[in-house]
Amino acid sequence: MQPLSAGSGLEAGVCKSKEAEIKRINKELANIRSKFKGDKALDGYSKKKYVCKLLFIFLLGHDIDFGHMEAVNLLSSNRYTEKQIGYLFISVLVNSNSELIRLINNAIKNDLASRNPTFMGLALHCIASVGSREMAEAFAGEIPKVLVAGDTMDSVKQSAALCLLRLYRTSPDLVPMGDWTSRVVHLLNDQHLGVVTAATSLITTLAQKNPEEFKTSVSLAVSRLSRIVTSASTDLQDYTYYFVPAPWLSVKLLRLLQCYPPPDPAVRGRLTECLETILNKAQEPPKSKKVQHSNAKNAVLFEAISLIIHHDSEPNLLVRACNQLGQFLQHRETNLRYLALESMCTLASSEFSHEAVKTHIETVINALKTERDVSVRQRAVDLLYAMCDRSNAPQIVAEMLSYLETADYSIREEIVLKVAILAEKYAVDYTWYVDTILNLIRIAGDYVSEEVWYRVIQIVINRDDVQGYAAKTVFEALQAPACHENLVKVGGYILGEFGNLIAGDPRSSPLIQFNLLHSKFHLCSVPTRALLLSTYIKFVNLFPEVKPTIQDVLRSDSQLRNADVELQQRAVEYLRLSTVASTDILATVLEEMPPFPERESSILAKLKKKKGPSTVTDLEDTKRERSVDVNGGPEPAPASTSAMSTPSPSADLLGLGAAPPAPAGPPPSSGGGGLLVDVFSDSASVVAPLAPGSEDNFARFVCKNNGVLFENQLLQIGLKSEFRQNLGRMFIFYGNKTSTQFLNFTPTLICSDELQPNILGFITKPVDPTVEGGAQVQQVVNIECVSDFTEAPVLNIQFRYGGTFQNVSVQLPITLNKFFQPTEMASQDFFQRWKQLSNPQQEVQNIFKAKHPMDTEVTKAKIIGFGSALLEEVDPNPANFVGAGIIHTKTTQIGCLLRLEPNLQAQMYRLTLRTSKEAVSQRLCELLSAQF
Amino acid sequence: MIQAILVFNNHGKPRLVRFYQRFPEEIQQQIVRETFHLVLKRDDNICNFLEGGSLIGGSDYKLIYRHYATLYFVFCVDSSESELGILDLIQVFVETLDKCFENVCELDLIFHMDKVHYILQEVVMGGMVLETNMNEIVAQIEAQNRLEKSEVNRVLLCRPG
Repeated sequence: MQPLSAGSGLEAGVCKSKEAEIKRINKELANIRSKFKGDKALDGYSKKKYVCKLLFIFLLGHDIDFGHMEAVNLLSSNRYTEKQIGYLFISVLVNSNSELIRLINNAIKNDLASRNPTFMGLALHCIASVGSREMAEAFAGEIPKVLVAGDTMDSVKQSAALCLLRLYRTSPDLVPMGDWTSRVVHLLNDQHLGVVTAATSLITTLAQKNPEEFKTSVSLAVSRLSRIVTSASTDLQDYTYYFVPAPWLSVKLLRLLQCYPPPDPAVRGRLTECLETILNKAQEPPKSKKVQHSNAKNAVLFEAISLIIHHDSEPNLLVRACNQLGQFLQHRETNLRYLALESMCTLASSEFSHEAVKTHIETVINALKTERDVSVRQRAVDLLYAMCDRSNAPQIVAEMLSYLETADYSIREEIVLKVAILAEKYAVDYTWYVDTILNLIRIAGDYVSEEVWYRVIQIVINRDDVQGYAAKTVFEALQAPACHENLVKVGGYILGEFGNLIAGDPRSSPLIQFNLLHSKFHLCSVPTRALLLSTYIKFVNLFPEVKPTIQDVLRSDSQLRNADVELQQRAVEYLRLSTVASTDILATVLEEMPPFPERESSILAKLKKKKGPSTVTDLEDTKRERSVDVNGGPEPAPASTSAMSTPSPSADLLGLGAAPPAPAGPPPSSGGGGLLVDVFSDSASVVAPLAPGSEDNFARFVCKNNGVLFENQLLQIGLKSEFRQNLGRMFIFYGNKTSTQFLNFTPTLICSDELQPNILGFITKPVDPTVEGGAQVQQVVNIECVSDFTEAPVLNIQFRYGGTFQNVSVQLPITLNKFFQPTEMASQDFFQRWKQLSNPQQEVQNIFKAKHPMDTEVTKAKIIGFGSALLEEVDPNPANFVGAGIIHTKTTQIGCLLRLEPNLQAQMYRLTLRTSKEAVSQRLCELLSAQF
Repeated sequence: MIQAILVFNNHGKPRLVRFYQRFPEEIQQQIVRETFHLVLKRDDNICNFLEGGSLIGGSDYKLIYRHYATLYFVFCVDSSESELGILDLIQVFVETLDKCFENVCELDLIFHMDKVHYILQEVVMGGMVLETNMNEIVAQIEAQNRLEKSEVNRVLLCRPG
């Protein structure tokens, strides 16, 4: 009999092309499907063969939507090999909410009770792989018994321990603690090292949540460790790996000990002895030249060092650990250098070893400059950050700044944050701080996030000893022919506040300052221009002599009639303010900013967010005593007068964020009399076909949210809607255009079967069934997008008008793009992501003729209205439009990139959409193509 | 805990994929691709550890990998695992494959996908290290082979004629 060969012929290597492969696979899938559906019952062997083929096809990246039942059938076979492949299929492919789960659980139950160790092993494996809640409910009580029963075989015990661990991870509430826990602890003494290893993993996880319950494991673990470490390496026979005795078990035991504080003196002495032995062994000549030997030995060593750092109580051990890591910093194995840098980072936060770590500064700086591997360089940056204190801050900050010029793009932003934090924290002389941050903007302007430049402004405003210097320095920096927009922002803000401090120098007279700033104005984005306008009005107050010049600028058409509402408003209001207000009023309104309240540094918050809270806080807490007091608040006001502040585009106008989706009520069978109209009910009443012209109206709403959706002689339907992430709310206005009443007025929201699982829509309140002549009634629909969808829900309205029955249906413009959140990104990020989405299924392209005049501004407005961010200066060809955003659904978020290339001569467009999901690319492309 | 074990060849074709944390199938595919791109651009002889891709959890996870001839073996693990330990585990897995297939090569992984899974199951279970002793692992696999053989014989004996 032939062995199963799943892969035969199904491989791209065998097939000539991707298309050929897909064709071949579809043929094979059809074949298997027909075999499974066929009249002839398949024998176990064939079932096994086909299930195996399905697994292979799945591995190649194709969806498998059948075969589950056959796999479940195999579970109850008496033949080992059939059972085995059945379990494998279930483990790899099962969906935890599958309806089959009951059948699977039944089969597992039988196998667990079979007392056949091989079958038990398979069943336990399956539970550990799927680990669903249903399985936990069914087996969490059973498995501890298997684990501690006297007659259970070793291999089954191992599996049972890990299986229980998995269930505890997914559903800790379902695993009852009890008598078995003390017996599990005693497994640490088991003869079989495999059992001990599995038990140690289990205990480590359990002990993290129930330390009291497992306290006795500490002394057992220490004595076990001691027996391993001090034994001659041949004692453990099979568990000796390249001359290292039981390395995995040692690592696990050392991990377990890290769940507890240093043990009491008796045990502690023994543990210290073990740790010293491990450190001593590191100095011995290697017993083998093989890399496996050194890996295994060092795995134990690094874990021992982690434990020493965790206990942080034996200065002697800490210093030895530090020296050992220092040796590794120069080791020829890159892996060891990486791990040494990483471990030293935690060592730097211990007061006993902080000084010892600092002695390695030159080596670490050298690593930053010479390591070929970016992962290692990143660890070097982390370590420099951790070892920084007031004595070495200038050196470390300088090195980081110079590294930044060549640093990998992927880690620049993080380095910027770190430099900004260190410069602030260890600044003795704030002129150094200002210089450092300006340098930072010069070197890596694109990576300087808002938090960083907000922060420098906060600090300058709060410290009057540095204001004059800051004004002078930004003024000089702005002289550069090309400077980063972030510098213009900082410069604009600081000169607006403190420009008067340098105005005495004829080289930086008020007019020169103004001209310098204004020369950058036209190159900047809208928010920066808005900020500069505020600077100008501040100048009007600071320097009355430049007032006419500034008024001329504000008065120019490019300001007063600017297309951007914010800029226009600022220009109009500032101009008016400068004309009507007396000097006193001006001075009051435009007074210098008051100091910011003291709060946690916003930069630190950002770094924490980036790196995960634990890594940053630890370092912070231990260094608190060394840190200096700096004032600060997370967000300075962008402009001085609050009246001018821009309403945030995400402002929660309708309270969408807080409103929970309306709960599904009892399903009323028909009609609008109930409190809640069941939108999903397949109402028996006949629904009118879509009203003529409603398609056009529908398309108009793709890029806008408000307007008239439908109008005929009797009825007008208007819409106002707002969307936020995956939620939306739509106000529907029904206007009776006649002078007669509408009776039995019943609007219903209909979602097709296909749409139903993806979009939830609820009419929150029924309308009054009578609509008076000339009256308008309003209704609110709450919408939740569960996953991506194509169709739109239909609004059906039925009513009686003057004795005739009226029935109108219109599509509600709830389209996938409504759930867009715009994403700003730089050119490089854009193209990097663009390349990542290069799979043919992810891209959808459409070339089409323009239906409307090809106007750049209109196109831009449409792309923004569509919901994505419009990215300027991203595409090398300025005529093209590029956008990015994220579609929010309840289940996932889908990143979307789009590119629209107009061809004026041909009056054509080419639209390309790339998203991680084919259906989404397809739908967005359809929707947007119809807009131009 | 081990989140995922991915084996793919130098062209990114998956050869063994096992997830110990549930991801939708589509995301699984993306993770394989993302991981491949992360690993591919690295030279040989540099460090075997790197931060995980964004899909699998970013810097909370590490990718630990080894490159053998035409195949990459990548383990995605959280911070509770020892990096060097996992590196050795990959070696144990590969050496075991080598023993079971006698000079294992990529084709063995294609033609005996099921068997490769069974060998992996003897080493890792539900994302945790189950057994590291190679002799024990090989003994289990041999026992499985014997069972298989006896079943095949039984089938042959039962066939008429």
